[in-house]
Amino acid sequence: MLRIEPREAPSRWWTLGVPVISALLALLLAAIPLAAAGANIVEAYKQMFNGIFGSVFAFTEMLTRATPLIFTGLAATMAFRAKLWNIGAEGQLYLGAMAAVTVGTGLIDAPSFILIPIILLAGAAGGAAGMAGPAYLKVRFGADEVVTTLLLNFIILIFLQMMLEGPLQDPMGMGWPQSEPIVDNGILPQLVPRMRLHSGLIIALVAAAIAHVMLSKSVWGFKLRAVGENAAAAFHAGIGVRRTLMSAAIVSGALAGLAGVSEVAGLRGYLTTDLSPGFGYTGIVVAMLAGLSPIGVVISAVFIASIFVGADTMSRAIGVSSYLSDLVVALSLICVLIGGFIAKYRIIRTNKGDV
Amino acid sequence: MDIIQILISENFWAASLRIATPLIFGVLGALLCEKAGVLNLGIEGIFAAGAMAGWMAVWLGAGLWGGLLVAGLVGGFFGLIHAILTVPLGLSQHVSGLGITMLATSVSYFTYRTALPKVSSPPRIEPFQPLDIPVLSDLPFIGPVLFQQTAMTWLALFMVALVWWVLNRTPLGLAIRAVGDNPDAVDAQGLSVYGLRMGAIVAGSALMALGGAFLTMSAFDAFFFGMVNGRGWICIALVIFASWRPGKALLGALLFGAFDAFQVRLQTQVGAFLPSQVFLMAPYVLSIFALVIVARRAEYPRALLTPWFKGQR
Repeated sequence: MLRIEPREAPSRWWTLGVPVISALLALLLAAIPLAAAGANIVEAYKQMFNGIFGSVFAFTEMLTRATPLIFTGLAATMAFRAKLWNIGAEGQLYLGAMAAVTVGTGLIDAPSFILIPIILLAGAAGGAAGMAGPAYLKVRFGADEVVTTLLLNFIILIFLQMMLEGPLQDPMGMGWPQSEPIVDNGILPQLVPRMRLHSGLIIALVAAAIAHVMLSKSVWGFKLRAVGENAAAAFHAGIGVRRTLMSAAIVSGALAGLAGVSEVAGLRGYLTTDLSPGFGYTGIVVAMLAGLSPIGVVISAVFIASIFVGADTMSRAIGVSSYLSDLVVALSLICVLIGGFIAKYRIIRTNKGDV
Repeated sequence: MDIIQILISENFWAASLRIATPLIFGVLGALLCEKAGVLNLGIEGIFAAGAMAGWMAVWLGAGLWGGLLVAGLVGGFFGLIHAILTVPLGLSQHVSGLGITMLATSVSYFTYRTALPKVSSPPRIEPFQPLDIPVLSDLPFIGPVLFQQTAMTWLALFMVALVWWVLNRTPLGLAIRAVGDNPDAVDAQGLSVYGLRMGAIVAGSALMALGGAFLTMSAFDAFFFGMVNGRGWICIALVIFASWRPGKALLGALLFGAFDAFQVRLQTQVGAFLPSQVFLMAPYVLSIFALVIVARRAEYPRALLTPWFKGQR
């Protein structure tokens, strides 16, 4: 007979090694679809590597791609730590971006050091509102937040189309569904001359540091983790479970909103309906790969961004469908789930009848 | 006047049932998984996989029923991965389900793009045709609404009866319900908790894939990226709305189909006053609204989301 039992103390090597091994395993597994598509595997991986480290341009592109993933990864981390299943980061990202273009396209005329914080705050507030709603429906009516946040993603995307064909549409945009451009004073400064990398990355890193301190060093973080680990016990210990869940929701939504701000004010300059190729959903993979640790999120966002940028380069170079990157990201999630299990439990052989 | 005209038109009722058909498959599948105690958020991706696999099988020359079989098998395969991750390994059902959705969606899209790299307009198949039953199909009103649907709609209705019968009238159904409420009791009876749960997930996932196959093999005749468009998530909401009963699941899917068919028709009447997006949003808003209304009264299967390990109490 086989029996599963928890390891007494998962060693540090297991907890750190598992995500790395899982990620590498997912990359190796990508060889199967590559072979099925008839590609030269060695050449494919070489192209992928070049797409990430081949030039300064490639490397900065990778970091540009990692920036929104750090934000959405943090959004998932802060919510999941409280066992609040925010699957709506995609929608909250767009709410943040809509708030950013509302205040940042000429409504307010101010110098950069005033306008940029205003845009960031507006975006965070927009995202926070997008998660406060489902969290309220959960604590007040018991409505499952998984379903409400998932459905809200669709509602918000349709709402965005409505806004981009209505109040937020650029009158100079030849009728395209796009917003007016963010004014010059509202654009997040570039980090490397002539590259697309922008200071949204710095803001993301600061956000990760703050999230780490709040989660592991503050009373709020303690309450959040207590609610996530055992809501009933937390309640009996006198922790306001509903308040804690609401605050986790607001922080999580705000972080997702900042992803939208960073993309629209740092990279694109104006808002369209294809601002995010699923950053909100990918943020969940980033967070899981990071073991729900804010510092880990930075590393896993860089890894996932490498997959996206590397696989894009590769698919262009050797003509394999770019859906390969989504496939590798999904495989990473499955691998890290299984890896997490192996780190936490061991399977032992027991004699028959000795259960 | 106009609204009444919509409500009495046979065309509206036929459309309601047609829109409800994939949801009936999906809700039944999700219901079966959850009755056994496991949430299956893989549904959205399994819909896409069923849509792609069924379509591609027919395109490659399998018959329509062969295509359905392939769709069901592919759905069952992704269900099996979810089952292994959530039942013996006891991993987070939320995260595993989302992982299955990502995996099934990307595998489907990648396969489609790899098989058809350079098509600008998607190739078409000969889909299921409306039934033509002597006498019945020619009846006024009832004919077009019920008997000019495709065979898949009737398969969906048959599945409602089958799932109801298995869950409520067979020892297997009793065991499935028990494993979602009190797995310890099932184990004490000497039945396999793992086997029952995994079997229910695989069967439920196969049903979900049939819902996806309806999209490419009956509603349309081709595969498009993003064609599932949240239908899976709506099914997850409908299961709660239906309090995990197959009969109510059918009712919920029909209500949803009627609402969707109604909003499309209303749009042509009053579309001049409101942006079209208001109507597009309506079905999702309705789902959230329905969820909020029933949430407090919902009696979840008691062991839903709770992993069970043999030999641990």
